[in-house]
Amino acid sequence: MTATAVVADEAALPKKRSRALTKFLNNRSAVIGGAIVLFFVLAAVIGPYLASYDPIKPSFTSIRKPPSELFWFGTDELGRDLFSRMLWGARASIMAGVISVVIAIVLGVPFGLIAGYFGGWVDATISRATDAMLAIPFLIFAIALAAFLGPSLSNAMIAIGLSAMPIFVRLTRGQVLTVKAEDYVEGARAIGLPDFWILVRYILPNVLPPILVQGTLTVATAIIAEASLSFLGLGQQPPNPSWGSMLNTAKNFMEQAPWMSIFPGTAIFLIVLGFNLLGDGLRDALDPREQ
Amino acid sequence: MKRLTLMTVAAGLLMSTAVSAQTLRIGLNEDPDVLDPHRARTFVGRIVFSSLCNKLVDITPELKFTPELATEWQWSDDGKSLTFKLRPGVKFHDGEPLNAAAVKANIDRARTLPDSLRKSELSSVADVEVVDDMTVKINLSRADATLLSQLSDRAGMIMSPKALAAGDFSQNPVCSGPYKFVERVQNDRIVLEKFADYWNAKDYNFDRVVFQPIPDTTVRLANLRSGNLDLLERLAPSDVPAVKADSNLVFAPVSGIGYQGLTINTQNGERAKSPLGQDKRVRQALEYAIDRDVINEVVGNGIYPPAGQPFPEASPYNNPKFAANKRDVEKAKQLLKEAGVDKVKFELTFGTSTTAQQIAEIIQAMGAEAGFEISLRPTEFAAMQKEAQAGNFDVNVIGWSGRVDPDGNIHPFVTCKGALNDGRYCNAEVDKLLNEARVTSDEAKRKQLYDQAQEILQQDLPIIYTYYQPWPFVHSKKVQGFKPYPDGMIRLKGVKFAS
Amino acid sequence: MLRYIARRILVAIPTLIIVSLLVFALQKLLPGDPVLTMAGEERDPQVLAYLREKYRLDDPIPVQYFAWIGSALTGNLGISLRTDIPVMELILSKLPVTLELAIMAMIVALAIGIPAGIISAVKKGTAVDYTANVVALSGLSIPNFWLGILLIMLVSVRWQLLPASGYVPPTEDLWLNIKTMIMPAFVLGTALAASLMRHTRSAMLGVMRSDYIRTARAKGLLSRTVILKHALRNALVPIVTLSTLLFGELLAGAVLTEQIFTIPGFGKLVVDAVFNRDYAVVQGVVLCTAVGFILMNLLADILYVLVNPRLRHAA
Repeated sequence: MTATAVVADEAALPKKRSRALTKFLNNRSAVIGGAIVLFFVLAAVIGPYLASYDPIKPSFTSIRKPPSELFWFGTDELGRDLFSRMLWGARASIMAGVISVVIAIVLGVPFGLIAGYFGGWVDATISRATDAMLAIPFLIFAIALAAFLGPSLSNAMIAIGLSAMPIFVRLTRGQVLTVKAEDYVEGARAIGLPDFWILVRYILPNVLPPILVQGTLTVATAIIAEASLSFLGLGQQPPNPSWGSMLNTAKNFMEQAPWMSIFPGTAIFLIVLGFNLLGDGLRDALDPREQ
Repeated sequence: MKRLTLMTVAAGLLMSTAVSAQTLRIGLNEDPDVLDPHRARTFVGRIVFSSLCNKLVDITPELKFTPELATEWQWSDDGKSLTFKLRPGVKFHDGEPLNAAAVKANIDRARTLPDSLRKSELSSVADVEVVDDMTVKINLSRADATLLSQLSDRAGMIMSPKALAAGDFSQNPVCSGPYKFVERVQNDRIVLEKFADYWNAKDYNFDRVVFQPIPDTTVRLANLRSGNLDLLERLAPSDVPAVKADSNLVFAPVSGIGYQGLTINTQNGERAKSPLGQDKRVRQALEYAIDRDVINEVVGNGIYPPAGQPFPEASPYNNPKFAANKRDVEKAKQLLKEAGVDKVKFELTFGTSTTAQQIAEIIQAMGAEAGFEISLRPTEFAAMQKEAQAGNFDVNVIGWSGRVDPDGNIHPFVTCKGALNDGRYCNAEVDKLLNEARVTSDEAKRKQLYDQAQEILQQDLPIIYTYYQPWPFVHSKKVQGFKPYPDGMIRLKGVKFAS
Repeated sequence: MLRYIARRILVAIPTLIIVSLLVFALQKLLPGDPVLTMAGEERDPQVLAYLREKYRLDDPIPVQYFAWIGSALTGNLGISLRTDIPVMELILSKLPVTLELAIMAMIVALAIGIPAGIISAVKKGTAVDYTANVVALSGLSIPNFWLGILLIMLVSVRWQLLPASGYVPPTEDLWLNIKTMIMPAFVLGTALAASLMRHTRSAMLGVMRSDYIRTARAKGLLSRTVILKHALRNALVPIVTLSTLLFGELLAGAVLTEQIFTIPGFGKLVVDAVFNRDYAVVQGVVLCTAVGFILMNLLADILYVLVNPRLRHAA
């Protein structure tokens, strides 16, 4: 009810964190997921410096060569080294996943906070709009937005981000409603702290863990969504690679050049699996019920 | 279905003379639009009409005109009227007879229906006259050498006047072709069945024809290989080697009458004001930078023959003089130098398909070697159309399915007011020559006019032709007698299953 | 209870209004000109003007919106710009196709998700748990269109076991219908199995921690009996509600699956319509999908309250 309650709660935070960390480290699938994600993120960051070939320039003398010592992953339909394109594509694909989720969170969380905290007609308006957006199939929403913005990777990110936003609005709002009833928030309100301060200082930190979990899981969905938009011609644009666009081109050569689809396909599979395992692990680790 | 075929096979074995119910399944690249020849626009729609509807005249694989609903035709001496004698005894699918009044009703409809898309094709027609029950005369306001070819396509398809009056024609199309309409499930299939009273029914061997739109080329081919289709159009060029190697399939390509090329914005708005739009030497340099043989080998697997002019090699109007240039990077650089530029930047817009994308990437790489800095902009087809009209482009990758008459391949694209002239290229001399060619019926004289126009266009290069659009058909081994036509249509006369 | 349902329905109304506005705005934002698309190579200004007028494209945007929503309320969604077929007729003929796909995919998802969830809850923290987890997640992680084409290549082309694509109505040939739907249902279902597994697992864990299960175990009842008879029965409650919710997701997931397997359902209809700028179809189909989705949510909520006596009072 009073400031002591707040202090007590704050004191509890570090311990809770370390407990969560221990739990996370004990969760084998979460650690594996984290390792996979870390591996691909590293590849995306330093990979382009390791690439031995130009990922963009065609070479008409080495069209669709199978994997060899010279070309580890083989070459594509224009004679470009697949390994180099995979490394460059990692950047595009992971960025597509992460940035679109960042967009969704940055837009979604504030709306959720406001709706949950203030209630009333503000809540009603935001909630109905969220319901409406959720009622339109994700991919259709993304397709229409991507078509409107024009086909490009950054527009695909915006489209995916906007389409994923309502999930975060709803999740945040739900969390706020729970936290709002806690003693320390009511205490803060009682002593007349400004709303903005209460939101940022007391409510947001408690809302973040489930957002983090959902964010991680949504990165996985967003990577698949970028690949799906590429399948429809609305994702990363040539000549730049992303795993999704590489896979889209490769589907025309599934028989003649299977390596063209195996590598990007497997990479998408692994990183999405990694983000999913990581997200599930985080959920278990941060879930208060499972202590 | 399987049981049925087994039973019919068994029945067939018992009575060797029995005719078994045979269904031909054709895989299309997309779902056709309205099934009304006067209002339809898609290429695949024309394929369906080829079996559903008859036209006044048809074409041969050599692109000569041949009788269909009209048995003979006669131009007047001044070239201002065309008289058709109709085939006697022809019935529409609803049993109504074909006569001169029906032909008049159809051509008048194509000219006057507010949403008819055939208006420009028939713009020279002044009126249609019923001479007697089986003779119809089309009077023209000006001579028009293209008219017969227009009447060999959608504008010359004759529908049952009774069905037209019913008002829901596109839902229940009634023509006089060898197959009649059964049902349509949008995005899934169009089913036709044999029309027993067809005037040449004996040459058509299938009881049913099913058109199935399967847009993905890989899936379309998979369906053919697994036996769900018997014939498909537009094989992806990347699959050519696999199909050739498959002993169960027959690869039946034909060099088409259309082409692919690059339209350059020369006079359409602000974006034309670039070195590329303003200086023909820069455009010539771009042309020399492109290696059409590489496009043919790498993307086309050998079925994309290099094009340097709008008329295909089979056309009498093709002139070997204007064959595509070989790549010459030095010459390209030289031309750029003469034009006083060393780096030319432009944006290349293309439709979002794998083939278009590959070609764009190749042109980008080749252009770079000559001094062109090309950025790529894939655009959905529907968006591209509007942007092109509005002049919001530098260079567009375009494709044209081609028309039998040479006029259709050149006039709309390079004359000042041409409907499809997105770059708004305008040259009074070219206009004069092409307008004259339009009204000249003598082939030799006409060719001279086209040669003269091409002489100018080869220098000005408002369009850089890249390759001739082929029509790569594939069918299963059991299909016999299929003959691909350069217009890409599927004509089922004489086609049958191996017994 | 009735009051609760009535309130929920009232709340759905503003949502629907926003959906209709969103759908309308989305398709207005699409680049391109539907009239140019319709007219093809014909550029006669009179024809273009006529088409514009026929489809009321020159009216002010609010007028267009109210005209559309007004006739939509009477069940008339206009006609397809591409084929003249009434949109309502298209929807009614495509709906069963997508529903069949969704139901079959649901069966696949349940068949994988629930056992995997139970096993991993019971064997929590063991290798079995991790394996079940990874297996269920795999379906979610593999790009659908790649899996689809791989299956077509392998099952249809190489082994010639199932049709590669398309749709056969069950009334025409039931067996062929099922054969055609197996691969698409598998592709779509596996993507959803992971969600089901997650929820089954956490529901099972929740129930197994509860006092009465502990008591039952303590009383020495056989583990399997406890799990199947008591724990699962209680865990099924949230799973059933979740399945209803997931059904909406299935409808959305069908968009891509139908595109791959050329199934003439809702998803293919709407994606093709977006690319062809057949806006009457886009509007109509998305609106109907949204209504369906909202109804499913309503149903899930009501189910949830019905099976949870404690919530009945709160409601």
